[in-house]
Amino acid sequence: MKRDAREGLLISPIRNGTVIDHITGGEALNVLKIIGITGATTESISVATNVKSGKMAKKDIVKIENRELMKEEVNRIALIAPNASINIIRNYEVFVKKGVEIPHILVGVVQCPNPGCISNTNEPIDSKFEVLPKGLHCLYCDWMITRDITSHLI
Amino acid sequence: MNHIISIRDLSRNEIDQLIDEASRIQSSRFNDQLLKGKILALLFFEPSTRTRMSFEAAMARLGGTAIGLDSVEASSMAKGETLADTIRVVSGYADTIVLRHPKEGAARLASEFASVPVINAGDGAGQHPSQTLLDLYTIRQSMAIEGVSVGLLGDLRYGRTAHSLAYALSLYGATLHTISPKGLELPSSIADELREAGTEIVEHRDVSEIIGSLDVLYVTRIQRERFPDSASYFKVASSYRVTPELLTDVRDHLIVLHPLPRLDEIDPKVDQLPYARYFEQSRNGIPVRMAMLQKVM
Repeated sequence: MKRDAREGLLISPIRNGTVIDHITGGEALNVLKIIGITGATTESISVATNVKSGKMAKKDIVKIENRELMKEEVNRIALIAPNASINIIRNYEVFVKKGVEIPHILVGVVQCPNPGCISNTNEPIDSKFEVLPKGLHCLYCDWMITRDITSHLI
Repeated sequence: MNHIISIRDLSRNEIDQLIDEASRIQSSRFNDQLLKGKILALLFFEPSTRTRMSFEAAMARLGGTAIGLDSVEASSMAKGETLADTIRVVSGYADTIVLRHPKEGAARLASEFASVPVINAGDGAGQHPSQTLLDLYTIRQSMAIEGVSVGLLGDLRYGRTAHSLAYALSLYGATLHTISPKGLELPSSIADELREAGTEIVEHRDVSEIIGSLDVLYVTRIQRERFPDSASYFKVASSYRVTPELLTDVRDHLIVLHPLPRLDEIDPKVDQLPYARYFEQSRNGIPVRMAMLQKVM
């Protein structure tokens, strides 16, 4: 808890919720976007960006009060912050600490950049991408996203 | 469910089985009542002559019945119905759906909502597996596909038939020679993937450089709408035209294929030469589509 208290200089510890640590520097806002947190959501959120880190040159930290992230939400984060660690906090204590895993299939996370793709129409489907070593492969139109994945986040 | 959406979903063994079956069918070894009492729904949301008619003919030759839309304007799609709903409804009317749609991935979506098999008859710039199967079938009528040397000529950027054929030929260890105007080259994503799979791809600007060492010349249409004006189109199109003069010093067994319709890419005088196989290729659509219907129904 000492470590948390030190970080508290930047952002306060939380009683219950989720702390996402070791996010790639500068990606905190994208992490919030990827887990669906916008200005319209009700959670209390603390964000620290470009914090000095021993492991990484700079890291971001996100704290979300009163919300424990689901496994699927956690794994989406791996797309842009593969070194992130997730701490589920209960009564100021770390209840569970885990890393992130890149999922095999991403459903409704990124938008296909191909304007001719059926997933960009009014059909009742979510976008669906297969995660491959060289990028994301649209399972509808076979388009590949090989760079700048964050700009395609839904 | 036994859908046929993309040539990439089929293994070499499955492709060989379909081609073998098409070959048996063409030798009149098939049951002409096999699909008696079965109904095929043809949902064509884009114009088509060959594909639509050959699926209808294939179904009729197997004893079945085909039903379909006459136009999108006459369908509920014009009222704003989603493709997903159309597919769910038509699944209740027919035993198999053949779909052509302007959006890429439409057939994949259809397969998710259909309760009967779906065959992709072309989805935008995407896949058109029955065309690829009949291309392969036509090659195999003349020679073994294994290790064949194929020239892909024309618009290789937007031409879906060339993309699908390139993927399929890579399963057979073919060497691909690409000949396309600047800006219409085979997309690097496809070329890289094929090279990673071990396929040799050699790029050329001029077909005369390579014509003498080809077994197959696969010609695709250069679409006028890809060019800013008619003058620039004609300049490019004329330099990619197949003429009798081009074919004076070629291998005896060379075959020239084209998915049709052709415009200016092949001089009509080539039709009389023994190399011209594009009309035969088009006719092969019947046995190949019969084999596909037998497989899924």
